[in-house]
Amino acid sequence: MLWACLHFPDFSLQLALRASPTAQPTIVTTGGNQPEVLSCNPQARRHGITPGMTVSAAIALAPELVERPRDPALETKTLEGAAAWAGQFTSTVSLAQSDALLLEIEGSLRLFGGLRPLMLQLGRDLADLGYTAAIAVAPTPAAARLLARAGMNATIVDTTALETALAGLPLCLLEQPEDVIRTLGLMGVHTLGECLALPRDGLARRFGQALLDELDRALGRLPDPRAPWIAPSRYKAQLALPAPVQETEPLLFAANRLIQELAGYLRTRQVGVTRLKLALRYEDHRPTIVMLGFSVPCRDPRRILTLLRERLANVILPERVEAIVLESAETRPLGSRNLSLFPEDRLPEEERWLIIEHLRARLGPESVYSIVSHPDHRPELAWRCCEPGASTASAVHARRPLWLMEPPQRLRSESGLPMLGTKLTLLAGPERIESGWWDGDDVQRDYFVACDAAGVSFWVFRERRADKAWFLQGVFA
Amino acid sequence: MVPALDLVLSNPAVWRGDQYAKVAVESIPTGFAELDAQLPGGGWPRAALTELLTSRRSIGELRLLVPALARLSMDDKWLVLVAPPHRPFAPGFESLGVNLSRLVVVETRSDGESLWAAERCLRSGSCAAVLAWSGPRTPLRRLQLAAEEGKSLGVVFGSTRSAAHPSPAPLRIQVSTARGRLELQIIKRRGGGWAPPLSLDIGCPALPVHPELDPKAAGTSRVCSARPLPYRRVPHGLA
Repeated sequence: MLWACLHFPDFSLQLALRASPTAQPTIVTTGGNQPEVLSCNPQARRHGITPGMTVSAAIALAPELVERPRDPALETKTLEGAAAWAGQFTSTVSLAQSDALLLEIEGSLRLFGGLRPLMLQLGRDLADLGYTAAIAVAPTPAAARLLARAGMNATIVDTTALETALAGLPLCLLEQPEDVIRTLGLMGVHTLGECLALPRDGLARRFGQALLDELDRALGRLPDPRAPWIAPSRYKAQLALPAPVQETEPLLFAANRLIQELAGYLRTRQVGVTRLKLALRYEDHRPTIVMLGFSVPCRDPRRILTLLRERLANVILPERVEAIVLESAETRPLGSRNLSLFPEDRLPEEERWLIIEHLRARLGPESVYSIVSHPDHRPELAWRCCEPGASTASAVHARRPLWLMEPPQRLRSESGLPMLGTKLTLLAGPERIESGWWDGDDVQRDYFVACDAAGVSFWVFRERRADKAWFLQGVFA
Repeated sequence: MVPALDLVLSNPAVWRGDQYAKVAVESIPTGFAELDAQLPGGGWPRAALTELLTSRRSIGELRLLVPALARLSMDDKWLVLVAPPHRPFAPGFESLGVNLSRLVVVETRSDGESLWAAERCLRSGSCAAVLAWSGPRTPLRRLQLAAEEGKSLGVVFGSTRSAAHPSPAPLRIQVSTARGRLELQIIKRRGGGWAPPLSLDIGCPALPVHPELDPKAAGTSRVCSARPLPYRRVPHGLA
């Protein structure tokens, strides 16, 4: 087994910063009556702010400070989002405390072409998500976790090398009660190596079995099963913007973070998204819901982003957006595509749909459609709108015009002949259409092909009931 | 023709006014042999913009394109109608052989949106043909560039009024009707040269009007049916 641990230092601070490309001085606070600074970014540090300081003192140092109370529930949710994304690299992901992920990667090495390419891709993709993480690889999960928490991007493949690698790490990285670590410190034991050099029975007597067990698990002497984390059937993630924005570009930047994560999730589950829901949350207004539809299941982050950009161009935001929530409303299985041996000039199915999605994102889904014949004699009912590409061929028709007037245009008539500017000449007909007495939309008409003085042909009809009026139904164009 | 003159005319150095240079452009046959003969490449040019100019809408200019559309619809790319002036009638297109599963109608709310949609479709490379109904100030240059990029047949229906103005479209045809036929005048084509006016029969319905229901012939129907029919010849001796 080979475990990679992704440790996100200052995870609560990273959450506050990843939604925006520019970093303002930001602090994460404890909340409560007298909030204190838990962590701060370098911009805030430059103003002299340090963790442990009271928030009022920090604001006195930097008035434009962005402060975020720590939200452990949101942190867990966000970490789960990252776990869903990480599923694309391995079959076993497990959450380690509140700020680290453990990935079992031995089984994935072949697929990604070795450890180095996998590490490079992990690092690159993490940057797309807006995270910085220490990635450590070790044969046991506990050792990987210790190395990553120490901030070492170490790669240890061999169990025998484990002891020397861990020897230098400080004891405070262990998940032991604070007084245990303090007592050991008073004894002059500060590193794991010094602790391991002590006699085991004495150590167990003074500090309990738990300390020994943790060390043994790290060194692979005890089994260390980890509960795998299973990705939910639906992706939903929230991202709070560091400062409320109303412009599209910063929104897209933040949305891109979630879209990248979504893409990883979709790869994990081997599905593509067909409907995507983006909610823009405000302070006072009800959230704006933006739905994106995909004709072909999609998991290409660039394609989703382009479509979203098109869609957001038409959305009017009532006020500044505080947070965005991305949710996969509907997914469908998406197989991987086989590459053909010979270059094909056929358009890939996905590319063909790209333009339709594009048009729909900008103009609205109902503005882009196909037409299909419907088996009805009444011209108004002889066609239907349908999804692009969904038309099916029907029986061969009699001669019909290309344009239909909706509704039929009433024509003046003179000595029994219809007039359209000039008097029309009847060329062919009549074709009697009597239908619809059963559904209340009864028609009784005689259809003619007529042409005007210039020779343009029209499809006209004369009502057989009432006033025997003439109507223009279509143009042969 | 006078043999001596024939000899002179066959000299490659002699150029006649009605000739145009044959240019190798990828084209789609129009379905009308007379028109194909006059177009460089022998059809509607792919990857270019074509302007069809009429004095008023829907006089038969769309019918001129339908054979090409029917041919293109057998392929897997889209045929897009951007903001058509009327509702396209599905049975009408189908009866002329257009595969409707490739036809896409795009409705827009403004000229700006129509232009955007037409340009996007032309540029996308996944539309075989894009038909657009232009306003007076459509920037055709952009559409022409988009058509070149997306290798798509772009057709813009414009007004005869703009015929005198220069246009970036490589093919411009003025369309009018006379006696039930379409009269075409090629204003501009690749390879240049003056083109003779064409008169095309776009398939007028030839079904006769039934005399009893023809308001024109009301009252004369008896006379019509009383006329002896020519094919009913009774052989001698059997009568």
